Amino acid sequence: MQLEKILSTGAEILMKTLKTNKKFSLKKRSTSCYTVAIAGNPNVGKSTVFNALTGLHQHTGNWPGKTVERAEGSYTYNKNSFNLIDIPGTYSLLANSPEEEIARDFICFKSPDAVIIVLDATCIERNLNLALQILEITNKVVICLNLIDEAEKKKIRIDKDELSLQLGGATIVPTNARDKKGLEALKKAVENICKDGSQIKNVKNNYGEKIEQSLENISKHLSNEKINDIDPRWLSLRLLEGDFSFYSSLKKYLPLRALEDYNLNEKIKSEKEKLGFKENNSEGLRDKIVETLIKRSENIYKLCVKTSKKDYDLKDRAIDKFLTSPLTGFPTMILFLMGIFWITITGANYPSEVISSVLFALEEKLMNFLVYCSVPPWICGITVSGVYRTLAWVVSVMLPPMAIFFPLFTLLEDVGYLPRIAFNLDGVFKKCGCHGKQSLTMCMGFGCNACGIIGCRIIDSPRERLIAILTNNFVPCNGRFPLLISIIGMFFIGESLTALSSLSSALILTGTIIIGIATTFIISKLLSKTLLKGISSSFTLELPPYRKPQVGKILIRSLLDRTIFVLGRAVAVAAPAGLIIWVMANTFVNNTSLLIHCSTFLDPFAKSIGLDGIILMAFILGFPANEIVLPIIIMSYMSTGSIMDIQNPTQLHLLLTSHGWTYITAICVMLFSLMHFPCGTTCWTIKKETKSLAWTLASFILPTIVGIIVCFLVSNVLKLMPIW
Amino acid sequence: MKATSIMPLSKASPGCSYSVISIRLNKSDRRRILDLGLIPNTVIKVLQKSPLGDPVAYFIRGSVIALRSECTKRIIVKKV
Ligand SMILES: Nc1nc2c(ncn2[C@@H]2O[C@H](COP(=O)(O)OP(=O)(O)OP(=O)(O)O)[C@@H](O)[C@H]2O)c(=O)[nH]1
Ligand SMILES: [Mg+2]
Repeated sequence: MQLEKILSTGAEILMKTLKTNKKFSLKKRSTSCYTVAIAGNPNVGKSTVFNALTGLHQHTGNWPGKTVERAEGSYTYNKNSFNLIDIPGTYSLLANSPEEEIARDFICFKSPDAVIIVLDATCIERNLNLALQILEITNKVVICLNLIDEAEKKKIRIDKDELSLQLGGATIVPTNARDKKGLEALKKAVENICKDGSQIKNVKNNYGEKIEQSLENISKHLSNEKINDIDPRWLSLRLLEGDFSFYSSLKKYLPLRALEDYNLNEKIKSEKEKLGFKENNSEGLRDKIVETLIKRSENIYKLCVKTSKKDYDLKDRAIDKFLTSPLTGFPTMILFLMGIFWITITGANYPSEVISSVLFALEEKLMNFLVYCSVPPWICGITVSGVYRTLAWVVSVMLPPMAIFFPLFTLLEDVGYLPRIAFNLDGVFKKCGCHGKQSLTMCMGFGCNACGIIGCRIIDSPRERLIAILTNNFVPCNGRFPLLISIIGMFFIGESLTALSSLSSALILTGTIIIGIATTFIISKLLSKTLLKGISSSFTLELPPYRKPQVGKILIRSLLDRTIFVLGRAVAVAAPAGLIIWVMANTFVNNTSLLIHCSTFLDPFAKSIGLDGIILMAFILGFPANEIVLPIIIMSYMSTGSIMDIQNPTQLHLLLTSHGWTYITAICVMLFSLMHFPCGTTCWTIKKETKSLAWTLASFILPTIVGIIVCFLVSNVLKLMPIW
Repeated sequence: MKATSIMPLSKASPGCSYSVISIRLNKSDRRRILDLGLIPNTVIKVLQKSPLGDPVAYFIRGSVIALRSECTKRIIVKKV
C-alpha cells in the first residue's frame, strides 16, 4: 500500500492520515530495504526529486512551504528497495520552528541510511548553511545539485569537483528533477552510500580553538554513554548550546540515563563558564556557531561558483515591480482572480449542459429498465429519484467548474504568484495582528479548506496560526464555488450566457470573494484584539524566481485528481444524502412528509436570516461535503413542488422562485455559503491540527455566528428597501 | 550625509546596497535572520517596497527575501 498522491482534497487527507498512522514505524524491514531522507531548503525541488524517483504525485508548487507534511514513497534500484521520505523544507536545523525540529529529529534520531541534500544550484551560498549542518550530524550524504538547468540559463558555473572537495569528498549529482535528468546518477550515488557506507571525511566546522576544546572535553564524557550512534561532537555542541527543544527530543529518543550524568552536567556548566557564556544565555555561542557556518558557506561559494552574468534576474525584478507596486499590485490581483472566474464560468457552461442532458436521459432509461424488471416502486424511487438524481446533479453542476478552476489556480501557483500575493497583502495582515503567510493558507483554502488548515503549519507562532485556522473557512473552497456561480447566473445575470454576462458573473463572484476576504480581516483583527491577544510576530518570506509552469502536467493531474475525487466524494456523500431526502419526502407522519415537518420546524429561524427551512436543512445535511447543498435544495423542492423535471437553468430558476426565492434569498444564501460552519473533513482536520476540541468547536461556531448575524442584518435591511 | 550613512535597514532606500553592521534582534527572530545568511558584513540590496510600504523585499545572498519593518528596524547597516 503506497501513498499515491497527496491531493489538495479533503477526503484524500482523511485517507492519508489513516494510512500514515498505520505505517508509522520506520524500522528497516530487511537489509536490502534502505531508508533515505530528502532534506533541503524550502522550494529547491525536494518534492519534485521525490516524485521523479518514486513516480508518485506529491504536490509541488513554486513557493516555499508547499510541503508541510512528511511524505513517503519507495523505488527499486538494482533489486534493492529504497524507502524515500520527503521532509518539509527548512533553512536551518537549529530549530526555530516545528518543521526544523521535525527535520532535525529525523536526520539525527531516525538514522536514515542516506540523506539526499537537495541544493538549489542558483542559490548555493544560502543552501550550503543547511548542508553543512546536516554533514555535521551524518556523513551518509548525497548532494543533489538541483535546478541545474536554471543555473545554466543564468550562466552560473559550478565547479563540481571543488565543491565535492570542500564537502569532504561528497558525491555531487547535478539534476534537473523537473525534466527527470540526472536521476540515474542520483540513484547510483544513493545506493553506494547505503551499501558501502560513506567516504566523506573531515567536514566538521571549525568553531574556533576555545569552543573546539570545550567540545572535546564534553564529548569525553559522552563516548562511554549509550548515545545510539549519534555523533558525540555534534551532541556536545548542542548540549553546550543548551537548546531546549533539543533536550526534549533527546529525552524522547535516547535512553533516559544517557544525559542524567552529574559529571556530564557539571562539565557542560564549567565549559560554558570557561567560554564566558552564562548558564541560561548562550546567544553569543549560537551567534558564533551560525556565523562560522555562514562564513564557511561564503568561502565555499567563492571557491566553487562563478557567475558571468551579473543581472540575471532583471526580468524577475521587472515583473515584481509590476505585480507588487502600489499602483498596479492590488488591481492585478483582482484582475487575476476575476480572469480565473470568468474563464471558469464561461468554460463550465457547455460541459455542464452536456453532462446534465446525458445523465438525465440515462435516468429515464434506468427508470424504464427497473419498471421493466418489475422492481417495486419504492425501490425505484429510492435508487433513481433519490440517489441517482442527486448524483447526477452533483456531477453535472459541480464537476465542470471545479475541473476548470483548479488547474487555473494551480497554474498561478506554479508560476510563483502566490508569494507575491502574500507580499502584497502582508501590510493588511500586520495591521490585523496576523502573520503574512496567512494569505498563503487562504490561497490553499480556495482549493480545499482542509488543505488550507494543514497549510497553516507554515505559520510558526501558535497565536497567529490559530487565527489563520479559525478564519480559513471565509474563503470559499472549490466545493462552494458552483453554488455561488449557479445562483449568480440565475438571479443576477439572466439565462442567456454570453461573453458579457459571464463577465458580470465573474465580477459579482469576485465581489463575493472580496467580501469573504474582508470578513477574514475583520474577524482576524477582532480575534487578535480579544481572544487571541497579541502583536504580529516577525517572519521572512522568500520570493522565488518566476518559473515557466508545466501546463500539460497541471492539466492532466488536476483534471484526473479532481475528477476522481469529485466523483468519489459524490458517491460517498451525495448518494446517502439523496437517499435521506427521498425517504424524508416520502415518509408521512400525520399526512405531512417528514421533510415538510423538518423544514417547518426550521422555517421561522431560517426566515429571520433571509433563508428558508429547506435551505437551512440543506446546509446542515451538507456538513459532510459542501458540494451537495444546492442539489439537496433542488431535490427537496422537487419532491414538495409540482415541477418534477428540470434540465436547464431557466427551469431551475423557476423552481426556486416558485418556492419563494427572491433576490434577498439569493444574496443571503450566497452570504451564508461564504460564512457558515466548515465541512466535516475540515472540522476533523482542525481537531487534528489544534489537538483541541475547544478550538474545533470555536472554529465551527465562529463563522456560523458571523454568517447568522450578517444574513440577519442584510436581509432585514434589504427588506426595508422598496425596490425588491 | 556622512552622519547618516549608518542607519537601520528600515530607513534604507530601494535600489541601494548596504552592509550589515549589527543585528539587534533576540531569540528566534535573531536566529531566523542569521540563518538566511544575514551576519555582520553581509551586503544586502534593497529591492522594492510592497504596495502598503511594508514589508520590503531584499536581495540577500542570491535570493529575494521580504522582511517586515519590526525586524529591519533592528538591523543596523551602512551604505556601500
Ligand atoms: N526548472 C526547474 N524547475 C524545477 C526543478 N525542480 C523543481 N522545479 C520547480 O521548482 C518548484 C519547487 O519545487 P518543489 O518540488 O515543490 O520544491 P520543494 O523543495 O518540495 O518545496 P517545499 O515543499 O516548499 O519545501 C516547482 O515549481 C518545480 O516545478 C528543476 O530541476 N528545474
Ligand atoms: Mg515539497
